[in-house]
Amino acid sequence: MPYLICLKGVIIRELLRFLQQRERFFSALVRPLMWLFVFAAGFRAALGVSIIAPYETYITYEVYILPGLVGMIQLFNGMQSSLSMVYDREMGSMHVLLTSPMPRWFLLFGKLLAGAFVSIIQVYVFLIIAFGFGIELPPSGYLLVLPVLIVSSLMLGALGMVLSSRVKQLENFAGIMNFVIFPMFFLSSALYPIWKISESSIFLAQLCRFNPFTYAVELIRFSFYAQFNAQALWICLLSCLAFLSIALWGYDPAHIHKRGPK
Amino acid sequence: MTALLSAQNLSFTYENTKQALKDMSFNIEQGCFCALLGPNGAGKSTFFAIASALNRPTYGNLFIHGYDIAQTPRAALALMGFVFQQTTLDLDLSILQNLRYFASLHGIGNKLGEQRIQEELERLDLYDRRHEKVRQLNGGHRRRAEIARALLHHPALLLLDEASVGLDIATRRTLVDHVHHLCQERGTSVLWATHLIDEVRENDQTIILHNGQIAGQGTAHELAAPTLEQTFNDLTQRGQTCLT
Repeated sequence: MPYLICLKGVIIRELLRFLQQRERFFSALVRPLMWLFVFAAGFRAALGVSIIAPYETYITYEVYILPGLVGMIQLFNGMQSSLSMVYDREMGSMHVLLTSPMPRWFLLFGKLLAGAFVSIIQVYVFLIIAFGFGIELPPSGYLLVLPVLIVSSLMLGALGMVLSSRVKQLENFAGIMNFVIFPMFFLSSALYPIWKISESSIFLAQLCRFNPFTYAVELIRFSFYAQFNAQALWICLLSCLAFLSIALWGYDPAHIHKRGPK
Repeated sequence: MTALLSAQNLSFTYENTKQALKDMSFNIEQGCFCALLGPNGAGKSTFFAIASALNRPTYGNLFIHGYDIAQTPRAALALMGFVFQQTTLDLDLSILQNLRYFASLHGIGNKLGEQRIQEELERLDLYDRRHEKVRQLNGGHRRRAEIARALLHHPALLLLDEASVGLDIATRRTLVDHVHHLCQERGTSVLWATHLIDEVRENDQTIILHNGQIAGQGTAHELAAPTLEQTFNDLTQRGQTCLT
């Protein structure tokens, strides 16, 4: 019971913070919507997408990038959560979390779940807006994507947590955003299929195949059409576990103290 | 009888080889107000980082009611309440939201949590302002909110790190009085880290920390020959007054 109370408290706090920061909610939605309605409109003519799994017919470019943009929301949200963890550490409010008598792994996992909860809300608002503009999914897709969104947001949140455990100062975080978010997003199947990239560069296509974000996007894409992509699921789960282990190691007092005072 | 807090040969060295604490040993008994007096950089905050399980000692042990903070941090943390030097309240949330969050982190359910929040805030005259955002509060009210928060789980030991920094004299006095009352009324033990001598009363257990080492300990009265300020300056070899 105390664990549930604690988890509920962490989620409520994250939700309250998210609701207080309206501009964060706004920008979290504007970013993918710009890609969907502006970028996709410009690129639909330039980029032909042939029939590939899980699609059974030709699709518009907007439909193709929808899972990638859902992944984008989760990627940015994961990084935003880790940014707020660095901020909390600098401001001292991280102390409140870490001095709780609950196990540290549970606290960090609770923080991850809270971030996942916030990111899933954003995803559904985005999908509703897209639906309003005629970019529809099979009705079952809206439900089937939910467990997948939990896995992908936990994986991306855990990656953000790894970064937050390594970054000492808030100022350094901008660089991390540039060196992590953009390469992860562009070197993936979010905006173009990997076969399309391999036409230009085999090397870049290989990089995309080593990028766990690619598998998060594919997992979302397949679940939209009630299909199961086991490879993508395993890679996401294993990546999540690996990131979480590194994050827990990074937040262990035995390793924190070695870095010394700020 | 087991001391509530027992530091035994506590030492801590940072990676950059700066030894922040050297062989620090002292006890705090139940219901005792202990002033940890030291100039800036003496090692007070390093001690707090160890006590709050944010850092692990390089050598030695810190026991809280017999629980080693490095080995059994959860049992030890459950017995302690902290007020850190830096404000740790979430500025964009209200006092009530901050306190509810803290209560949940300690596994305190809604009903009991609300009851304790009301008790602690009323005690510190903050209950009527519970819906105000922390950002709108002045430094004194923020500190009071933090003390109320640190007491929600009824800790046996309250640790405050330079809790009065930046506050005016009257507010500082009110805080010091309140914390002394906690010792007398509830039997809560207090470790009050400060560099301000006027916050120490003559019966308070006092530890003078300098360069990470204990330079003197006893009651303030025992140490105060001819004055506590003179003793403090002699022991820490600083020619400047710490009275502000």
